[in-house]
Amino acid sequence: MSLRLPRIGTSQVVALLVILAINWVVSPQFFDIRLQDGRLFGSLIDVLNRGAPVAILSLGMVLVIAMRGIDLSVGAVMAICGAIAASLADSYPLPVVLAAALGAGLACGLWNGFLVAVLGIQPIVATLILMVAGRGIAQLITEGRIVTFTSPELAFLGGGSVLGLPTPIVITLALLALTLLIVRGTALGLLIEATGGNARAAALAGVGTRLITLAVYAWCGLCAAIAGIVAAADILGADANNAGLWLELDAILAVVIGGTSLFGGRFSLVLAVVGALIIQAMNTGILLSGFPPETNLVVKAVVVLAVLLAQSPRLAGLGSNLFGRRA
Amino acid sequence: MTPSDTPTDDRRDPAPLLELAGFSKSFAGFKALDGVRLTLRHGEVHALLGENGAGKSTLIKCMTGVVHRDAGTLRLDGALIAPRSAAEATQAGLATVYQEVNLAPNLSVAQNLFLGRQPTRFGLVREGEMRRRAAAVLAGFDLNIDVAAPLESYSVAVQHIVAIARAVDQSARVLILDEPTASLDAHEVEILFAVMRKLKARGIGIVFVTHFLDQVYAICDRITVLRNGRLAGSATTAELPRLDLVKMMLGRELAHATAERALAAASGEAAGGREAAFAAFEGYGKAGYVAPFDLALRPGHVVGLAGLLGSGRTETTRLVFGAATADTGTAIVDGAKVALASPAEALHLGFGYCPEERKTEGIVAELTVRENIVLALQAKRGALKPLSRREQDEIAARFIRLLDIRPPDPERPIGLLSGGNQQKALLARWLATQPRLLILDEPTRGIDVGAHAEIIALIRRLCTEGMALLVVSSELEEIVTYADEVIVLRDRHHVARLTGEAITVPGILAAIAADAPAGEQAA
Repeated sequence: MSLRLPRIGTSQVVALLVILAINWVVSPQFFDIRLQDGRLFGSLIDVLNRGAPVAILSLGMVLVIAMRGIDLSVGAVMAICGAIAASLADSYPLPVVLAAALGAGLACGLWNGFLVAVLGIQPIVATLILMVAGRGIAQLITEGRIVTFTSPELAFLGGGSVLGLPTPIVITLALLALTLLIVRGTALGLLIEATGGNARAAALAGVGTRLITLAVYAWCGLCAAIAGIVAAADILGADANNAGLWLELDAILAVVIGGTSLFGGRFSLVLAVVGALIIQAMNTGILLSGFPPETNLVVKAVVVLAVLLAQSPRLAGLGSNLFGRRA
Repeated sequence: MTPSDTPTDDRRDPAPLLELAGFSKSFAGFKALDGVRLTLRHGEVHALLGENGAGKSTLIKCMTGVVHRDAGTLRLDGALIAPRSAAEATQAGLATVYQEVNLAPNLSVAQNLFLGRQPTRFGLVREGEMRRRAAAVLAGFDLNIDVAAPLESYSVAVQHIVAIARAVDQSARVLILDEPTASLDAHEVEILFAVMRKLKARGIGIVFVTHFLDQVYAICDRITVLRNGRLAGSATTAELPRLDLVKMMLGRELAHATAERALAAASGEAAGGREAAFAAFEGYGKAGYVAPFDLALRPGHVVGLAGLLGSGRTETTRLVFGAATADTGTAIVDGAKVALASPAEALHLGFGYCPEERKTEGIVAELTVRENIVLALQAKRGALKPLSRREQDEIAARFIRLLDIRPPDPERPIGLLSGGNQQKALLARWLATQPRLLILDEPTRGIDVGAHAEIIALIRRLCTEGMALLVVSSELEEIVTYADEVIVLRDRHHVARLTGEAITVPGILAAIAADAPAGEQAA
């Protein structure tokens, strides 16, 4: 028998490798990594570092989408939590700052979960409410200004490094590990996949679908809060108008590129993070190539289309017919 | 004996309507069809039978061009035809009506009849003309309904007739009915049969796929049986007694199943009645859903729910399982009053429930057989106490072996299994929780003969092991064989309770048909 590639994940990993290879072609020093002042620098590190907020968002989004839901509010929640963190950073100790920002994210997530699980509002509408209102709340917190701070403890979360790795990368990896532990270490993953795959069947099998829905939206809000803190710490300030703007769409895209269907069911946490890296690798590649940044969106769309086509079962069937791989 | 026994004419029809020869089709190396032939004569109703997975669906799809066959010829009135899609097949005169009617339920009956070929004037649809013609077409089937009303406002039977009328009106000469009777009650089946007889008289050939053997003998002229993708045999209905037909379908004997049934019946009766009720429902009901009823469920005791479609059988089971919430009455489990507000609570009380709608409420199609089997047990343990992969594998392997689930591959997505095997996996899901009460809503619907017998045998065995059972079934002969008590429903009321000797098919029928509330509320 010939060597078989794993059934899932191949197309995403190949896509990421291809994009990295293209980046290497347009910028030969792409894979150069150097150690300076105890921190790693280089384009590859930059991809991981810049990709961290979307990767963190996608860790929450992937579970929501696996439940056949969607959360449009994560960008706005990032703005709220970033604004809270930046406003408090210079007057309160770090634990208080973090607790306030994370608590706000959790509250936002619970609100979304309440609308969806208890009131039965369609997820896209329910989360649209906070998407619109959230940015306004963030502006109220910052009083319409860009709030800056100087607290080195908070700044460390965006610009510092642990064992040479920039902190956002470490936070992303830790959150990935934690999410894997919570979801795959318990039976939650199975119950989420069952509920997303067939909510009525899962409920009739005794699965507490409401509680799981609530928990998943809460988790998504928490992830958005972490992403918001990292983003604010990175720029040493909070811009309520632009923090996390449109990132909900990147997060959804990352999840979809990662092979999780918008119809719910099967999901992969690792591949969602890979999806986020694909998006960021493209962004970085276009910057390095010297193309005008405006082309970024078009190129992104083309690559996304390519990855999705590679996953399409119908196209796969067509391919095997054309090339006669199967009898 | 009868005039129909003259074999010469019957065997040598000079010009068959439809001739299939040498149909073969493989899916990834698996032979779904292997050299199948079928001959359909003018004005003939031809039953196409076989167990799940025998190749009936594949044959139909190959005939109508939905699936490309590897080999085989198709002749309509002697001329070779090769439709490449359902639309081309319809054009050629081959129309298919599926079990799930594929019309637009929100459009009117008339719009459905003429969808894609509406009568127009200056490019505008002539609504009045269309309704007039629709009424005329349906009148030909003795169906006088308001053709302007949306299709979904009518029963499934009427929807089927509209689908058939649409097909026939598009000059179909061969009509393929794929399990049209699966969701119809006895009266509706009669209406459908009347339509089929009319079509027969017009010389239209009908290929009829069904799981109900009674219906085969009621309406079919000829039977073709498939088994494992091959032709198992073909004969006129008169030439093929029922027992021979079942043997032909299964390729094996069923004798032991009957013996087991008799034995179990004896022991079941011994156990029944003496045990105290495990769960009791008093004056339990929900306005506009089911009228208040009393129900006692005992270990080792089977309670059957009988009645016509829509009489409140499914609604009763949903109330008992907490899938719907009662607004009157009390539920008592183990002597204590309980609030059954959700399936999760019922699960923790030791209840299990296999719903009637297997696909929409039972299986999670994309998950594996293993994941589907462990789902309820995992829900019962809670998310924080996961079953290890090894435990899951053990449970799945045990039930696949015990219930003979095929193919015996725990990692196959359950949606790819046949209906009978999906049903077995759902039974396994509940058996894995070791329930004390199992509620089965139409456990044998849409299941092939072999799996059917196995599920009946399983019901008997569970009962002897001391489980309480509440079973809904439309097949009265089936209920009679295993129930210790039968509750008859009519118009969402529990109207009669039959026990012991009184449980007979005529007895149940009489209770269903009675004008005034018959039967007595025994203690």
